[in-house]
Amino acid sequence: MGLFLNSPPLSLSRFCLLTLLFFVVFLSPSGKLVQIEHALTAVGSGQTSLGIKAANGVVIATEKKLPSILVDETSVQKIQSLTPNIGVVYSGMGPDFRVLVRKSRKQAEQYHRLYKEPIPVTQLVRETAAVMQEFTQSGGVRPFGVSLLVAGFDDNGPQLYQVDPSGSYFSWKASAMGKNVSNAKTFLEKRYTDDMELDDAVHTAILTLKEGFEGQISGKNIEIGIIGTDKKFRVLTPAEIDDYLAEVE
Amino acid sequence: MSIFEYNGSAVVAMVGKNCFAIASDRRLGVQLQTIATDFQKIYRIHDKLFLGLSGLGTDAQTLYQRLVYQHKLYQLREERDMKPETFASLVSARLYEKRFGPYFCQPVIAGLSDEDKPFICTMDSIGAKELAKDFVVSGTASESLYGACEAMFKPDMEPEELFETISQALLSSVDRDCLSGWGGHVYVVTPTEVKERILKGRMD
Repeated sequence: MGLFLNSPPLSLSRFCLLTLLFFVVFLSPSGKLVQIEHALTAVGSGQTSLGIKAANGVVIATEKKLPSILVDETSVQKIQSLTPNIGVVYSGMGPDFRVLVRKSRKQAEQYHRLYKEPIPVTQLVRETAAVMQEFTQSGGVRPFGVSLLVAGFDDNGPQLYQVDPSGSYFSWKASAMGKNVSNAKTFLEKRYTDDMELDDAVHTAILTLKEGFEGQISGKNIEIGIIGTDKKFRVLTPAEIDDYLAEVE
Repeated sequence: MSIFEYNGSAVVAMVGKNCFAIASDRRLGVQLQTIATDFQKIYRIHDKLFLGLSGLGTDAQTLYQRLVYQHKLYQLREERDMKPETFASLVSARLYEKRFGPYFCQPVIAGLSDEDKPFICTMDSIGAKELAKDFVVSGTASESLYGACEAMFKPDMEPEELFETISQALLSSVDRDCLSGWGGHVYVVTPTEVKERILKGRMD
């Protein structure tokens, strides 16, 4: 909802009001924040992303459907690393994601500067969630149209978190978001085991993506990020993904 | 006369086998006049982490209060105690924040890590860390402490021997310094217990 206030002529008022254009966020009569509902809709219609926590690492994966075959697919990176041992993927609006990545990286860097040790995954997730919450309550802004899956490995072992536009966050063994959430989650529920190794998790991730995938899956139209016991997060190259795809078939 | 030497102090920490000791004198003076003989210069951050602050007493207390406040918030946020290394970085950052109007203190940090490995370090009043494997000293008696520690220290001492060594080093050093002394305060920290002892020395 947008409101427009006109100030009285400057000469008439000692406390002259500035002309403001601002958004007002209300709780609807039912007690829901409609803006967050819209943000969740944006996430729900976004491309599918998923994450699986294995016994010795975490994998996150996403579809990378481009609007035209003319787009250079190497220029699109949907999985980003926040610190050397934490990576993130999103469903929803790409530009909003970049803003969150920038803020999270800054937070991680500030933590490192103060304590001279890498930020724990829980701390970075909490800080990121706090930013997202703030954007549901501040004036002149709208909530982020993204949900995040954060994969990390620290002293507390492998971890997978989902952060929603409302600023709520959960730790998952495996989760999915975007289009086909329910199908993907059902699939993951069937496939998931606690003692899964990282390689198995990558296979399961590919199979889950494949379920709801329109067209032929390849190293160029999906992205996979992994982190293992070396605590180094990295995004797989298309060639590496193709190798995994060959193993799955 | 330096403001660091206004109140007088002697702080020392030593590493033993899976343990450490930290000790200080107990005098608070105003130049050559003694004001108190039971002044705390060693502070407990948590059961396995101690902070000794030499230098200006008032700044030491203020700095301690800030650090405790920050450590409590850290405990609530992260649901764990701070590692000694992490705490040292925090102290260093807080000191350098006041680079051009520093706290007139020279901290000594001693702690046991999660694996019960001892850690000691000291820094100057603007946070330049100095890590050591054996012992660290600070305060107006630091010069004589260096000598005493260098002569008496042996690696891998057991807690009891460590207590004896650090106490002898402290007492003999403060006797050569007009501004510190009047007994000592010693903590010996092992993975299972903290032993706190008050020493009597030359009480004059």
